[in-house]
Amino acid sequence: MITAERKPIKEIKEMLAPYKKILVVGCGSCVAECAAGGEKEVGLLSSALRMDAKASGKEIEIKEMTLDRQCVYEFIDQLTEVIDQYDIVLSLACGAGVQAVAEVFPKVHIVPALNTTFLGETKEAGLWVENCRGCGDCKLGVFAAVCPVTRCAKGLFNGPCGGSKTDRCEVDPDVPCAWQLIVSRLEDIGRLDLLRKVHPPADWSKQQGKGPRKIKREDQRT
Amino acid sequence: MITESRLKKVLNSGKFAVTAECGPPKGADPEVVKSKGKILKDHVDSINVTDNQTGVVRLSSLAACALLKAEGLDPVLQMVTRDRNRIALQSDVLGASALGIRNILCLSGDHQSFGNQPQAKGVFDIDSIQFIQTVRKMRDAGEIIGGDKLTTPPQLFIGAVANPFADPFKYRATRLATKVDAGAEFIQTQCIYNLKRFKEWMGLVSDLGMADKVYILGGITPLKSAKMAEYMAKNVAGMDIPEEVINRMKAAPAKEQRQEGIKIAVETVQALKEIKGIHGVHIMAIEWEEVVPQIVEESKLFPRPQV
Repeated sequence: MITAERKPIKEIKEMLAPYKKILVVGCGSCVAECAAGGEKEVGLLSSALRMDAKASGKEIEIKEMTLDRQCVYEFIDQLTEVIDQYDIVLSLACGAGVQAVAEVFPKVHIVPALNTTFLGETKEAGLWVENCRGCGDCKLGVFAAVCPVTRCAKGLFNGPCGGSKTDRCEVDPDVPCAWQLIVSRLEDIGRLDLLRKVHPPADWSKQQGKGPRKIKREDQRT
Repeated sequence: MITESRLKKVLNSGKFAVTAECGPPKGADPEVVKSKGKILKDHVDSINVTDNQTGVVRLSSLAACALLKAEGLDPVLQMVTRDRNRIALQSDVLGASALGIRNILCLSGDHQSFGNQPQAKGVFDIDSIQFIQTVRKMRDAGEIIGGDKLTTPPQLFIGAVANPFADPFKYRATRLATKVDAGAEFIQTQCIYNLKRFKEWMGLVSDLGMADKVYILGGITPLKSAKMAEYMAKNVAGMDIPEEVINRMKAAPAKEQRQEGIKIAVETVQALKEIKGIHGVHIMAIEWEEVVPQIVEESKLFPRPQV
């Protein structure tokens, strides 16, 4: 999933300061799973903004809405009826959602309430970890299902750097050394030979070669 | 004017090589580099110049190497993949050769979060092993990544580093072998304080048939004080300083600790000379270059061979 964290309330308030009528829009997908932008978080943030406005003697009007997905037109369309009644939209979607809404409503001022962070997994309650960079050229098959591009701080393709000590990464002792994981997993399945050959330079054009990427599938287009 | 790598000539002639490290200044003064070169010139075969070591901005290693070259020394250009993509790396490799630099040491580099630019974007377009392979192909096949031909290939003696003290231990010898497969001709190791583990690692390296395929230079860093030993043991990633070495430093009175550190360094050099497959030493006296001549002399490695 795509993970995100809410921006500091001060930064959100600064973006909203000139406006009275605010539409706060959450997203029920990834950012709901990571407890940053779902219905619950929309409610909490809206309450905080209302209380803050009241305390400073400011009059504001907030409407709360949460779409199933803010990155798909069919769901964004639910805003069509109401969006014109508001001065500004505060989106609790990921960066893709914010931009998708902005694209549909070009004349509406829309601002983000979240900092979109990474593609990751819910490791345990309240802990999300990054494990995919979406490089467009997955090599997990060679690296024992541990991604060195994402999980090695230097993104090394040919084994651990000289800083790996007692299975920890030198950059952050809280993080396991990805290469230690790869080596021991390959040892366990008897395939250390996969590391003996030199892995050639990656093709980063699949990640960032020509600006934003797109996937076009004729079989899905009607 | 040297047209060939002195390091390569010394190693090829079967002599025990001595290299030292020179850290460039945090400023634009060429005299700092030149004076470090002067201190080291007669006592070492070649001088490594570090490339923004620990992610701290310093005078560029390429420029410092050119300065040393002009002083008649044989510099070893250290180049990390942290700060340059493959376009810049290959371009600088050509530039180095054009400036008469004849040795290169290919590294990935300390992570940028350790230095004084922690907000920098780490490049790591290619890793150290891919970099070794790239330089080797540029030199031997006259070809860059992607297959384009060079009008004139660079002339460089190609080196890599090895850390026998990092984990996973068994894989460390394999990693060295992979670097040799990629094209490394000489290896400079992390500083050695734990000789027992180093010998164990050399055993594994020999088992892989690598002892005769590559020149290995053992790393030496003289300790300045017991405090430095403790700090390095605790805070420097991939460093292995056994308790007995720290205790030995502590046992010496404060004023004599430097002397004790030099003594340990000399003893380590002597021990390394006896290990099969070790072809030289690489002395990294951090901001203490002036001690190198003493270590070289006391290790009976002076005068240096004329090649």
